[in-house]
Amino acid sequence: MNRRFDIKHYQGFLAITCLCLFILYAPLIIVMIYSFNDSASITNWGGFSLRWYADVFTGPESEKFKLAAWNSLSIAVMAATVATTVATAGAIGMIRGGQFRGKSASFALISLPIMVPEIVTAVATLIFFSTIGFKLGTLSILVAHIVFCIPFAYLPISARLQGIEASYEEAAQDLYADRWRTFRYVLMPIMWPGILSGFLLAFIISLDDFIITNFIKGAGIETLPTAIFGSVKQGIKPNIMALSTLLLLFSIALVTLSYFIGKRGQEPHPTD
Amino acid sequence: MNIKTLLGSTALVLAANAAAAEGSLSLYHWFEYIPQELIEKFEAEYDVDVTMDTYDSNEALLASLKAGTLGSYDLAVPGDYMVEIMAGEGLLDAIAEGELANKGNIQPEWLDVSFDPGRMYSIPYQWGSTSFSVNRDVYAGDINSTSILFDPPPELAGKINMLDSQGEVMAMASLHLGIPQCSTDRDQLQALDALLQGASANWASFGSDIAKDVLVSGDAAAGMIYNGFSAKARAEGANIEYAYPDEGYVVWMDNVVLLKDAPNRANALLFMDFLLEPENIAAVTNYAQYAAGVTGVAEFLDPELAVMPENNPREGAGPGAFIAVCDQATQEVYDQIWTRLRS
Amino acid sequence: MAAGTGSGRTVSATFSPVRGWLLLPSWLVIGIFLLVPVLLMLVYSFLTKEFRGGVIWEFSLAAYDQFVFDRGLFGDDPPQIEWAYITIFVRSILQALGATVLCLLIGFPTAYFIATRPANTRAIWLFLVTIPYWVNLLIRTVSMKFLIRDNGPLNEALLAIGVIDAPLQLINTNFAVQLGLFYSYLPFMVLPIYASVERYNFALSEAASDLYAPKWTILRSILLPVVKPGIIAGCILVFVPSLGAFLAPDLLGGAKTFMIGSLIEEQFKGNAGNWPFGAAASMILLSMVLVVLLFYARAQSREQT
Repeated sequence: MNRRFDIKHYQGFLAITCLCLFILYAPLIIVMIYSFNDSASITNWGGFSLRWYADVFTGPESEKFKLAAWNSLSIAVMAATVATTVATAGAIGMIRGGQFRGKSASFALISLPIMVPEIVTAVATLIFFSTIGFKLGTLSILVAHIVFCIPFAYLPISARLQGIEASYEEAAQDLYADRWRTFRYVLMPIMWPGILSGFLLAFIISLDDFIITNFIKGAGIETLPTAIFGSVKQGIKPNIMALSTLLLLFSIALVTLSYFIGKRGQEPHPTD
Repeated sequence: MNIKTLLGSTALVLAANAAAAEGSLSLYHWFEYIPQELIEKFEAEYDVDVTMDTYDSNEALLASLKAGTLGSYDLAVPGDYMVEIMAGEGLLDAIAEGELANKGNIQPEWLDVSFDPGRMYSIPYQWGSTSFSVNRDVYAGDINSTSILFDPPPELAGKINMLDSQGEVMAMASLHLGIPQCSTDRDQLQALDALLQGASANWASFGSDIAKDVLVSGDAAAGMIYNGFSAKARAEGANIEYAYPDEGYVVWMDNVVLLKDAPNRANALLFMDFLLEPENIAAVTNYAQYAAGVTGVAEFLDPELAVMPENNPREGAGPGAFIAVCDQATQEVYDQIWTRLRS
Repeated sequence: MAAGTGSGRTVSATFSPVRGWLLLPSWLVIGIFLLVPVLLMLVYSFLTKEFRGGVIWEFSLAAYDQFVFDRGLFGDDPPQIEWAYITIFVRSILQALGATVLCLLIGFPTAYFIATRPANTRAIWLFLVTIPYWVNLLIRTVSMKFLIRDNGPLNEALLAIGVIDAPLQLINTNFAVQLGLFYSYLPFMVLPIYASVERYNFALSEAASDLYAPKWTILRSILLPVVKPGIIAGCILVFVPSLGAFLAPDLLGGAKTFMIGSLIEEQFKGNAGNWPFGAAASMILLSMVLVVLLFYARAQSREQT
């Protein structure tokens, strides 16, 4: 028997891992199963049907959900794009900047949105907008989302950048490339997997947010989470389960995508 | 994926959305309280795009408007006492004489109401009552007392949902104790505090938007609820009975008000007039199962409504009472009692 | 976060002269739209409340006074310690701690198990644990609510196999909130612990084993101290968001008893309408979180020196 394996192995850890996965998946799978329930009641099983999926797209609440999905997606794309741009610049400044005064303060500031509890961010943002008389609406949600997306975009980007030696850029400069070209044609292609992971993480974080959006959303603007929350309070309906299942599949598609990006990022680039 | 094109098209569509808001109307409404078809009818008739957000208590409406959404909405639907509070807070826009063509349709008894003398700011929407319903499969005994909520029988203890609405809970508790609303008497306020503190151990949850669902799904065996909402729960299969207790119950009237700084004031007035048409407001009544305050609705109403037990207080029930607006000192005591209840 | 932990030198002559400009967008965006708002919130917590929501710009300690002192229902009793809000905070802290402990009990063995798989299957296990983290938190909480309802699938299954003869009352209990928090943040515990166990050099364990140390002693005395930073990081990642959680108490706890998050929400969105008090409660929550993080940062820097 392999002794190394023996030392690593602990009785019961496999069972606990299975329990962990069971806990994580059981509720999601149950909801997925019940989304195919033909019955309008959520307690009784009335046979297999796709009617609630049709309901999501054509039912009485479909307009609301479509609009909310559109708001969620457009806000997430814009917030993640801006946050990723800001975070990429920030990461280059931090990692390539060497030691400088205010470096740890800068790092603390960039991490601030992660450290402050969401409800506190929500209250502070509401008070801020209310004091300066900024009208609550799509723009207020977008601004708030950009802020809390920055650190999530920053983490994978800076991690990637730390693994890249500065010699590439110096070689480019030796060939008289200006800063922008050095970034555009040398650094960015190598950083790309990190930037993309950062974008995806920021995107999903923005899609996920409920607390902050709920505090500062203006008239007539719902995102998917706030719309679902509103519906769910009046009872978990089968159409909500169908919608949840669709979102679940969307998330799995995204995580798979980011997994493959991450894998590609780990492969040594040809210049290594 | 070309991010530039994606962004460009996103911005374009957002701009298009904003541009389409020419003939629009922004409603701030209770949840599940207006049929979608009626909104569509208005949209088609006047070529106006209607958007609607919902709230689940009068207090939540007030809080949201004060937290910065005033100026974004055209119309809201506060309950009676909240109309008075909102007018006092300067959140409402007065409707001048002659601005509403159908004002004459308001039933005379709802025209000069204490919360809005002369109907300067509001028109009637629906009126009804608030009390509680009990699942008859769980409890078969007498339910004609507010004790069901505040001193429940063992079958119901721990299975009661309360409305998350300070005004209604305080009014019900005052009825139970037989003390006036907004009492300034210290002993009475102490008793109110003690009653709620003691009773809360028997309550499972607080929520207004969940009030119907918990009764239908069986998550709660009894719950504070509005009469029409209870009728809908019964229609959805819950074996529940709506009580008109001996101690009395809460009566309310919701009203459509024109908000200050309404972005689409003209369309808001159009919608108010639209809701004063008997046929239109009857559609709301048929949907929400309360009662309208407009003359001539009778012929459009579902005949079932008139005989529904939820709409007909039983012989011997206590009087219905509107929720009173307390002065600041009493309101602050109420706020404290409410917070202590939840901690 | 020290620069240069990568394969080589990361300071570059190309970009270091413009680091200020590169960092400027981050400073501006977060500074203006988060730091300034937090400071403004601090100011608000010292203002006078306006009846029915809003503030009057006059200095007042009323919000903090209300938090700490009970002056009776009518505000004129001799001040005593106010337990109501302390209870809410203590309850939230206990819930968050409970969730953290539960996550650790399940998360540590899971992370350890995954980290000791052969490289090819490890990625699959890790993938499985990560997916729920990417699923919308609201949807996960709603799913849990659906599962544990009185007439929900869990109770029906238990009734069917005869483990219980009356439905378990799970929903609207403190336990349900606990379960919800645990369920929400479990992946946050697994991932950092996984990262540190993966880096652990098992030669250390082998050496101990050669000296006839029992297996559980090796785990406790050799492995645990080495992977401690990962465990602490996991605990913080679970504890901090649990502390201000809103969805789990609201959807699973029946919104009956306030947690910090719902107490604060009530001041701005609900019945209470007391902005300075909401700001003060937020400041107290923020201070607690910052204390935990400072403690963590100090422990980490001590570890490194």
